[in-house]
Amino acid sequence: MTTLGSDFKANAAKALADAELQRALLNVKRGFVQKRVDAKARLPEFDTLRDEARAIKLHTLSHLDLYLDYFERKVADSGGQVHFAPTAADAREIILKLCRDADAKLVTKGKSMVSEEIGLNACLEEAGIEAVETDLGEYIAQMRNEAPSHLIAPIIHLNKETIAEDFRRSHEGLAADRTLGSAADLVAEARAVLRQKFLAADVGITGANLLIAETGSSVVVTNEGNADLTQTLPKMHIVIASIEKLVPTLEDACTILRLLARSATGQEITTYTTFATGPRREGDADGPSAYHVVLLDNGRSEMLGGSFNDMLSCIRCGACLNHCPVYATIGGHAYGSLYVGPMGAVLTPALVGIDHARDLPNASSLCGRCEDVCPVRIPLPSMLRAWRERDFARDNPKFREKTALKLWAYAAKRPRLYHALSGAAVKLLALLAGRSGKLSWLPFAGAWTRNRDLPAPEGETFHQLYAKRTQE
Amino acid sequence: MTEVLTAGAPLVGLFVTCLVDLIRPSIGFAAIKLLEDAGARVEVPLAQTCCGQPAFNSGDRADAQAIARQVVDVFEGFDYVVAPSGSCAGMLKLHYPKLLADDPAYAERAKALAEKSFELTRFLVDVLYVEGVDATYAARVAYHESCSSLRETGSSWAARRLLQSIRGIDLVELPDSEACCGFGGTFSVKYSGISSAIGEAKARTIAATEASCVVSCDLGCLMQIAGKLSRDGKKVQARHIAELLANMIEAAPIGGERIQP
Repeated sequence: MTTLGSDFKANAAKALADAELQRALLNVKRGFVQKRVDAKARLPEFDTLRDEARAIKLHTLSHLDLYLDYFERKVADSGGQVHFAPTAADAREIILKLCRDADAKLVTKGKSMVSEEIGLNACLEEAGIEAVETDLGEYIAQMRNEAPSHLIAPIIHLNKETIAEDFRRSHEGLAADRTLGSAADLVAEARAVLRQKFLAADVGITGANLLIAETGSSVVVTNEGNADLTQTLPKMHIVIASIEKLVPTLEDACTILRLLARSATGQEITTYTTFATGPRREGDADGPSAYHVVLLDNGRSEMLGGSFNDMLSCIRCGACLNHCPVYATIGGHAYGSLYVGPMGAVLTPALVGIDHARDLPNASSLCGRCEDVCPVRIPLPSMLRAWRERDFARDNPKFREKTALKLWAYAAKRPRLYHALSGAAVKLLALLAGRSGKLSWLPFAGAWTRNRDLPAPEGETFHQLYAKRTQE
Repeated sequence: MTEVLTAGAPLVGLFVTCLVDLIRPSIGFAAIKLLEDAGARVEVPLAQTCCGQPAFNSGDRADAQAIARQVVDVFEGFDYVVAPSGSCAGMLKLHYPKLLADDPAYAERAKALAEKSFELTRFLVDVLYVEGVDATYAARVAYHESCSSLRETGSSWAARRLLQSIRGIDLVELPDSEACCGFGGTFSVKYSGISSAIGEAKARTIAATEASCVVSCDLGCLMQIAGKLSRDGKKVQARHIAELLANMIEAAPIGGERIQP
């Protein structure tokens, strides 16, 4: 996996200058926004469902210990096994041991952000086990040695032409005259390769969109059916999921499923929605002979009951990314973290510490559209502010920013001083601008004037003019 | 509310906002005219500076709280507090009660202030029952929905309704009107490149409507949009919604060339 630079501003500047990326990012708006609007319009109870889903998730979180315990028992009842992994290293170790016990040489994988979070592929490869991503987008990301740049559309940062080149480079023996111009061509080529992998795999690893305590089931949604082949063909199925994926009942799961695809892609439901409960039973037509669920904590239980508790109700639909002006402008990789966009800007500091992710919650206009579209109404802007408060409180290296703010606040708390200063500043700026009415360059204001003109003040402050008017 | 209305003209404290105070006083005077024409009495307390958003959005909670207390002190005596800005009105309305929730001396007072704080257009329509304005502006005008007037003060309907009542106006809707212009207060300078790129997309969308003027409830957005349009050589005027509604368009447009030096 390419390690992403952690210098957010440098990454962002690079992303802004990358014409190919900018072209690809147009698909974010084109592909998702209107489709969600239409899907929502077709379901009058959509907003009521959001309230229900939010209540389900928050209820589960406040009794998580109880539901985890119940889930573990139900999985065991159906012949499977639950493994608790406090850290990413624990999860890797558990999965590696399961794979070794199964004598695995080849592992197929369904799309899973949590597997990315624990760095599973690298760990398996190091142990001599081939891990193959089977979601088309993840397959291409793996081919390119890149991290996904979006929760549900991992290669939204790429254009078709780039992908065709990648296929030519990594699929040996591909005829030179083979056309790879359309998405269908690319799917056909990937399918031909992946079919063999599905059949040969020893272990299938999937994530889970939901875990159901009542039945001990894991639920996966896809549009490609790849996760079904991943979890039913090999002799062992391992589910890697984080603890907050849990919901109490099958009915709760259905409430969330009604929101998930609509919020994500504007579909009423994904092409495939698969519930897995335990290993193959006698008389079953197919299925693995062993079923394991690895439950990852990795800092999440620390979030329970605190300022960022609600973030754990995220269902990973990607709607906040799709509607975020910052994400649409710089794409996912610039964040330098696995989780990106507004949800990533709240979750990442909780997972890696604000010291390592201070730009993420700060780089937002706080426009609030993410909260508007979130199917479980996570108050993302308030949480971004909460991170800013923690960032401000610690020994912040951005000394200049902090000093400027403190000086401003000093004046803002003293109206007389403030009005004296502002009167002088406004006069000066208006003089500098002259008749043009704008400032194209200004000392210490390069951050504004580099890319924009600064509308000049009219010449006197409102309060000065108002005082004159009332004296007349 | 009815009590106040029947007892006489309601007394409105104008929250000028720091940007209007500094950059474009004409918006403040347009707001006063609109409020007075609609039957309100307007006062402008001098002891106001800013609503505190730069501190609040930078994580400086202590200063944001101090400024919020100052605003409560100055404005709680009015029947209503009105700001020609969704952003500042939203700060008073939504964020002050949370900021001061743990302050026994101010928690209740902040809540009371929030209840009587309004964005200008919403106040005119919802409280003063203004159905239309006496103004003329015969041009194609694009309405930029500021995020705060859309999501925090719920002014979308009121703003559009008042604009529609201007004689001669050809009001156009912007595609994806709920998208942010990228201003975001201190965000615009802290993450200047990103802010500016978001602004560029918005400016392109506005220019594509062939409107000759763009209006909004928020001067912050308008500075971003005007600054971007001007840098990119686009001839679209930017004006605050109050200027058009009050028929006060003598001043040069925001960031536009002055007729007199």
